[in-house]
Amino acid sequence: MKRFTNLSADDILETLQMIHNENLDVRTVTMGISLLDCADPDPKRACDKLYEKIVRHAENLVPVCERISMEYGIPIVNKRVAVTPIAMLLGCAPDADPVAYAKALDRAADTVGINFIGGYSALVHKGFSAGDVRLIQSIPQALSETEKVCSSVNIGTTKSGINMDAVAMMGDIILDTAKRTAERNCIGAAKLVVFCNAPEDNPFMAGAFHGVGEPDVVINIGVSGPGAVRSALQNDAKGLDLSGVAEVVKRTAFKITRMGQLVGEVAGKALGVPFGIVDLSLAPTPAIGDSIADVLEAMGLETVGAYGTTAALALLNDAVKKGGVMASGSVGGLSGAFIPVSEDAGMIKAAEKGVLKLEKLEAMTSVCSVGLDMIIVPGDTPAEVLCAMIADEAAIGMVNTKTTAVRVIPAIGKKAGDHLSFGGLLGEGPVMHINTVSPYEFIHRGGRIPAPIHALKN
Amino acid sequence: MNAVITVIGVDKVGILARISTACAQAHVNIEEVTQTILRGMFAMIMLVTLPEDLTIESLSVKLNEAGEALGVNVSVTRQEIYDVTHKV
Repeated sequence: MKRFTNLSADDILETLQMIHNENLDVRTVTMGISLLDCADPDPKRACDKLYEKIVRHAENLVPVCERISMEYGIPIVNKRVAVTPIAMLLGCAPDADPVAYAKALDRAADTVGINFIGGYSALVHKGFSAGDVRLIQSIPQALSETEKVCSSVNIGTTKSGINMDAVAMMGDIILDTAKRTAERNCIGAAKLVVFCNAPEDNPFMAGAFHGVGEPDVVINIGVSGPGAVRSALQNDAKGLDLSGVAEVVKRTAFKITRMGQLVGEVAGKALGVPFGIVDLSLAPTPAIGDSIADVLEAMGLETVGAYGTTAALALLNDAVKKGGVMASGSVGGLSGAFIPVSEDAGMIKAAEKGVLKLEKLEAMTSVCSVGLDMIIVPGDTPAEVLCAMIADEAAIGMVNTKTTAVRVIPAIGKKAGDHLSFGGLLGEGPVMHINTVSPYEFIHRGGRIPAPIHALKN
Repeated sequence: MNAVITVIGVDKVGILARISTACAQAHVNIEEVTQTILRGMFAMIMLVTLPEDLTIESLSVKLNEAGEALGVNVSVTRQEIYDVTHKV
């Protein structure tokens, strides 16, 4: 093929193919905004300040992303904002109604035209400070009375252990959130993530918030690309052994990440905001062909959920990181493969067939990010069972020094085998069968699971 | 600004002529042209330089008009997206 300056026609056509036929896109450009300077004992003033600051910094986010998307030919699916955990603003306003802050965030999101705003959050991994408990207790109301606000609670870290008092609260909070949004397919619970080792620069919702160690304002990027990886495996990995498969994944991840890096740099410059990180996570969508399950199946599994799934996912996750770190000077966030069941057509199919079970999903979360994600459970699941699921996932994250999370949606009024649909990127899926043997006493002991010995590295 | 124009569709008389005429009218300089067959479809790729006052968006509108008349798919993007994905 004739060389075309430094590019060959094949190179150009391959990139176009990835974008147009394999769903390659930049999944999210997320602007992180610190609200620490918006704290005020007068809740009305605090809400006015945070609204003004978000709108001032993010008012050009959507038009700038649309222009970049048009000029570079790469779709940017979501434009979002992540803010300082709101519990930190509540500390100095003991009489404030936290829901008013959620509504101010929602209004700001509407004004700037983004589709989600994250940071209705509390970090309670070692204990509760002023504002934390009020924020957590207000989550069901806040998520049922807003459209775009996302919430997260960090209940554990490798360094501090797991705050089981917080874990014990979260089962009821998730159930109440689902109940209050039951007429909207329980969508509130899809906007609530319970973390262990939550990253402070995660651009992906629903778990994004702006950590206190971050700059005042920053741009973080989440890339996508399961379709491109699957296609590369189908075209270039025929007959290769698994080292060869890993190489193909690495090369594809490199290309995907370079696009994210470019978009981040250009967006940061255009908005006058420092570029933070590219999150290397392969994020699926419910669109056919944009599925992590398809990638695992392209490696040779009949259906995701089969024995071998955890090993294939470990290979994928590692190869994505190795390709990605070469492509970007600044990698962060979650950076792994996502396995949200309802957002991945292949996972939905495997769960409907009964091949992909909760126990296998839990095993998979030990080798990838982010955890039990977008899993629909029966509406009558006892709160303590949800708490225990959270504790198990947090333990996997704590011991393996990685992020894990739980985002489960109790389908109110439905039982295992029924179906729940959220629409859009959040997708749909079967209500999964779960083990309801009681962990009641364990959960209600409270206290803290101590940090593991390998946390003591100093 | 450097950009890449790609034209994909069924081969027919006048594609190169029509697209390059549209470029000339917009004062777009064509640096290189290459043509190939992609899965049985005609694919033409042009590396071009845009004048300073022309945006990708307005060139795209003009070329899409020409593309529609020819029944081919035309896209215009900045060159950097290809550079970053194919150069280490």
